[in-house]
Amino acid sequence: MIRVENLGVTFNKGTALENRALHDVNLSISAGEFVTVIGSNGAGKSTFLNLLAGEIFPSTGHIFIDGADVTNWPVQRRSSVLARMFQDPRAGICEDMSIIENIAIAAARTSPRGFRFAITDNVRKMAVERLSMLKLGLEKRLHDRVAMLSGGQRQAMSLIMATLGSTKVLLLDEHTAALDPAAAELVMKLTGEIVQKFGITTAMVTHSMRQALEFGSRTIMLHQGQIILDITGAERASMTVEQLVQMFRRKEGSEISDDQLLLA
Amino acid sequence: MSLYAFIGALETGLAFALVALGAYLTFRVLDFPDLTVEGSFPLGAAVAAKLMVSGVDAWTATLAAGLVGCLAGFATAFLNRKLRILHILAGILTAIALYSVNLRIMDRPNIGLINMATVYTPFERLGVPSFYAPIVLLTVVVIVFKILIDLFLGTGFGLAMRAAGANPRMAQANGIQVGRMIVVGLGMANGLTALSGALFAQMLGAADVSMGIGVIVVALAAVIGGTALMPSRLVPMLTLACVLGSILYRIALALALSSDAIGLTASDVNVVTAVLVAIALWVPVRKSTFSRRPGGLK
Repeated sequence: MIRVENLGVTFNKGTALENRALHDVNLSISAGEFVTVIGSNGAGKSTFLNLLAGEIFPSTGHIFIDGADVTNWPVQRRSSVLARMFQDPRAGICEDMSIIENIAIAAARTSPRGFRFAITDNVRKMAVERLSMLKLGLEKRLHDRVAMLSGGQRQAMSLIMATLGSTKVLLLDEHTAALDPAAAELVMKLTGEIVQKFGITTAMVTHSMRQALEFGSRTIMLHQGQIILDITGAERASMTVEQLVQMFRRKEGSEISDDQLLLA
Repeated sequence: MSLYAFIGALETGLAFALVALGAYLTFRVLDFPDLTVEGSFPLGAAVAAKLMVSGVDAWTATLAAGLVGCLAGFATAFLNRKLRILHILAGILTAIALYSVNLRIMDRPNIGLINMATVYTPFERLGVPSFYAPIVLLTVVVIVFKILIDLFLGTGFGLAMRAAGANPRMAQANGIQVGRMIVVGLGMANGLTALSGALFAQMLGAADVSMGIGVIVVALAAVIGGTALMPSRLVPMLTLACVLGSILYRIALALALSSDAIGLTASDVNVVTAVLVAIALWVPVRKSTFSRRPGGLK
């Protein structure tokens, strides 16, 4: 579903601030796979996700999604197959618009936007059906402004918005990091359920080693712009958080300043 | 205030209500403060006047003025999207250029339209007193465009435009071409503004190259004042607020200038406008400052 070849990106090329954020990354993610991405600050996690989303373009290499070479596709073009959730609960929705309006915008992601009314009975029916999967009662609040929802509710709603249209790939950029622990747990649980239900190929960046192992089917670790660990199947199943942290330290070869952050 | 002054305020308010609806699209929906209107308003007047004195029928001339106005919006959108010029500056550049363009169109600083058949003439023939003809026609035109905008903003394209203004990153992530929305929105807004200029010139009996000065402030006074008086989040209520804001602004202005007690004269109009806009901008700020603190300020 996702294939990257020799992917590399260098920021501020040719200046004193030159930074090889990612180099020579090769990775193939098959359809339906849920990959968790870990790595210390500056390892290239966000750069990797931004490259997949089309927010930045690579200096070298190619990106293929669903068989198409999307390397030079801008964000709005990639959105036909790709949905995204941001860390900031305000980033993925329009606060001043109602729940149903946001849903209608997301539902039209993969189809042309015409001059017919956006909120049809079909959209309403679909919104109720999908939102009730969350069991948060949002389906009864279709005309409420999104600004009235909590961070957790917004992220849950963004999750539903991501499933609309013909989404094949979902990118999660620390989408629970800005939430309180209870809400984060709820959103994470819902993410697991929804992703599985719709069989969406998912890449999730996280800071939490526990989350990285608990969710998904494969874990990769980035360090200094390269993939230094790629585990799946039995190897991953038998891996404990402590072992992962050990590995993190060993592979990194540098001191980890904040264990709390990693073990959280 | 005399009846004459009231009628004058009403018809001017109605004529500028189209500019206010345009400013609602740019300023509120797209979050794009568009200063192009300072040039597209007289552009509409110039195009309509030139066509009318060249023998073109008043309705055709007015329609053409609206379409030419759209081009002014496209120019600003081009400067902003393709040349990456700051939105406010892009609008100023287009407006400045339009000053010369308008002089070219008219071949002189102004064109008189007195004794010409205008869009208001048929209404006068129908027996509507000439005094009221503009009000009747403008009311119909404003209501039609208000409803068209309400309907437009409820379509898939309209929702996309609202998203592009409210959260461009989210809009892009949902496949919306933000640049295209700005092009279309600015085109619509400046088309409305030019249409307003054409209708206003025919009411006034002349098109003048300097009639665009201060249009942006008047438009903002209507949008900000109207929505401050009638806060809502529903599009039809907000567009209604803009229309009423435009009329109320003119009435407030007429009241301020006609009350001898204050001692204001017509030359003080800009100061009064600035004060009215400042108050309208301040009211929502004050409200939110109070409401954010439970129990209000002690």
